[in-house]
Amino acid sequence: MLVETGHFALALALALSLVQAVMPLWAARAREPALRQVAVQAALGSFACILFAFAALTYAHATSDFSVLNVVQNSHTAKPFIYKLSGVWGNHEGSMLLWILILTLFGALVAVAKNAVPPVLRANTLGVQGFITFVFVLFLITTSNPFTRAVPAPLEGNDLNPLLQDPGLAIHPPLLYVGYVGFSITFAFAVAALIDGRIDAVWARAVRPWTLTAWSFLTLGIAMGSYWAYYELGWGGWWFWDPVENASLMPWIAGTALVHSTVVMEKRDALKVWTVLLAILTFSLSLLGTFIVRSGVLTSVHSFAVDPTRGVFILAILVLFIGGSLTLFAWRAPLLRQGGLFAPISREGSLVLNNLFLVAACATVFVGTLYPLLLEMLTGEKISVGPPFFNATFIPLAIPLLLIVPFGQALAWKRGDVLAASQRLFAALAAALVVGLAALALTWGGPVLAPVGVGLGAYLIVGSALEIVARARGYGSNRVRGAGLIWRRATGLPRSAWGTALAHAGVGVAVLGIAAQGWATEGLATLKPGGTLAAGPYVATLDRVAPRPGPNYEETAAFLTIRTAAGDVVGHVDTGKRFYPSRQMAVTESGLLTVGASQVYASLGEIQPDGVGLRLYYKPFVLLIWIGAVIMALGGGVSLTDRRMRVGAPVRAKAKPVPNAVPAE
Amino acid sequence: MRRAALLLAAFLAAGPARAVQPNEVLPDPALEHRAREISAGLRCLVCQNQSIDDSDAPLAKDLRVLVRDRLKAGDTNQQAEDFIVRRYGEFVLLRPVFGLHTLLLWATPLLAVLLGGFGIWRLARRRAPAPERGLSPAEEAEVAALLKRD
Repeated sequence: MLVETGHFALALALALSLVQAVMPLWAARAREPALRQVAVQAALGSFACILFAFAALTYAHATSDFSVLNVVQNSHTAKPFIYKLSGVWGNHEGSMLLWILILTLFGALVAVAKNAVPPVLRANTLGVQGFITFVFVLFLITTSNPFTRAVPAPLEGNDLNPLLQDPGLAIHPPLLYVGYVGFSITFAFAVAALIDGRIDAVWARAVRPWTLTAWSFLTLGIAMGSYWAYYELGWGGWWFWDPVENASLMPWIAGTALVHSTVVMEKRDALKVWTVLLAILTFSLSLLGTFIVRSGVLTSVHSFAVDPTRGVFILAILVLFIGGSLTLFAWRAPLLRQGGLFAPISREGSLVLNNLFLVAACATVFVGTLYPLLLEMLTGEKISVGPPFFNATFIPLAIPLLLIVPFGQALAWKRGDVLAASQRLFAALAAALVVGLAALALTWGGPVLAPVGVGLGAYLIVGSALEIVARARGYGSNRVRGAGLIWRRATGLPRSAWGTALAHAGVGVAVLGIAAQGWATEGLATLKPGGTLAAGPYVATLDRVAPRPGPNYEETAAFLTIRTAAGDVVGHVDTGKRFYPSRQMAVTESGLLTVGASQVYASLGEIQPDGVGLRLYYKPFVLLIWIGAVIMALGGGVSLTDRRMRVGAPVRAKAKPVPNAVPAE
Repeated sequence: MRRAALLLAAFLAAGPARAVQPNEVLPDPALEHRAREISAGLRCLVCQNQSIDDSDAPLAKDLRVLVRDRLKAGDTNQQAEDFIVRRYGEFVLLRPVFGLHTLLLWATPLLAVLLGGFGIWRLARRRAPAPERGLSPAEEAEVAALLKRD
């Protein structure tokens, strides 16, 4: 019964989203502003409906209701409860529903954010948002209905893919989807501006919190996915340049460019048309990220089962939104008033360069991901584009980009001074040189690129700190002395300044972690109990191999003691091989021992009578990669709490305090 | 495509990647290092986007052994790689060769930077402030007329 009600709620949401899509346009045509209010109600209504449907599906999963096909295909009575819940979105239908839930949540947030967005822009944005919701709910109901019944209901389900039975599944997709879907708001704003034919600094201010929110979540989502792949896939890599990863990286890069170009637009009234285009592209890439894998044109390790009938619908959706919005752009963009000068040597000039390199990197990933497909279609030739290609093309684009980060910060708006900026960055450049050379000297004979990366990371971190110091100290005659005074003034700086510095320092931290992987070492051996294997400064001793059954799997685990070369015990690690009978699948559970920011990574191989195959990695400072990403996202969050963002752009703070209109971080 | 899917299914059923096995490792560390370098650039044909160095598929193992055999026979890295490419086609190379059919692929980063740079240059030029120009006599007359009418 609840399942049917959930199904009905979906249908209701379909109707409401159509109302939401049509009313703002009608309000504009009929010159009847009151009708705009209907879009607000409809947005709240469709959110409530989707929330109910999602709750109904969750209930079906939680209670293992095997009369629902989706539950049969992805659940099992013996599956741990947390995976019964996260299993709701561990499949195509459920993840689509989650996607739509977040879409309508953002719609509802825009609907209630009265002070953050001017009324006409808000209504048009809701209209565009409603249209997106309509199309996706239609897609869900017609091709991927999560509420389809299984008749007769089986006694047991097929269980969830073992690789997905991990806490990572509970966190990774929701974060990622908030990121992807958050950009739908930016997209809706852009399309609304194109429909309205008006765009200005108010638009840029209104759109920035949403862009930052989406970007921060996407950053966390990608980092979480990367860490999950790192420990779950069991071969120790943290980024594989897999099509799915690339699909999530592209909107992130475009979103990063967007976050920066809206700053230029807000401050200098320049780059308007470009920002609108970027907003459209970012969401288009998000759509591509969500769907290209499901459409069956690209396959990858982490794709859901592919159904060709969905492919056509998905491609139609992509053509509709991407093609439609780009056509609208081509038609309406010339109407947008161009404004703002920019000098090449200035803060805005450096932000333009940032956009140039980011977009070039994004284009490289895009072409690299889709090129084999196109080439095969056109000529029948089959080639592979793998990590060596991306490393060879992406890194040369990333290095100049990272070099200009502190530099751009040190330049003034309108007209910068290269010499003054270099002087301000002297400490950062010196730190980079010292740290890089020290790394090179300490690891003489090792990889050459790694010390360069370490220097770059130090440069970014110190550069970000210098920016805060310089701003707190003030310029010219306002310059102050004394560490205490500078610190007091630093705490009074706008939150956006701190957010920027944090995010940039986070990039530096991640770069340090990535560079340090050049010194990762690996050991490989067949061990009997008592045998040892070394990796880096640590030695692992195999204590014993023993069965360790779980609720819905059988496992053989190897228990290891990790010691330093001198023989002191550092800790214990266990790694196992699990077999899931319901899916006839085996997976490896890697064992991790964290020492500071470094990790010892153990992974069990073949189990044979003469011993077990064991792989041991030493990953120096590997955690910095993800800690850096978290700091980046934190920077986005801190920026969001800036007073400028809390207070609605067009509304001056009146006697009445303005309610918090920004979505929670 | 379907064959690939079947093979993928078979591969997944066999378990995830475990890569190089201890018994495959060559006794000579320098030679082994070269073998690892080559393997990291060769695609496992039955998996999705994995190098043979990372993959546990039986075919990947065969290829790893083959690479090591070639190195033991005295091949250079390039010769060993060429040998595999002759047998399995260009598809095995994770780093596509530079050629006419991959020209656009390899040129993308440079093209993107150049095109974008050109666009920015034009933008900066177009935005150069126009020299201050006074009103033309016709416009002056028009202004005067408007003012007089008031």
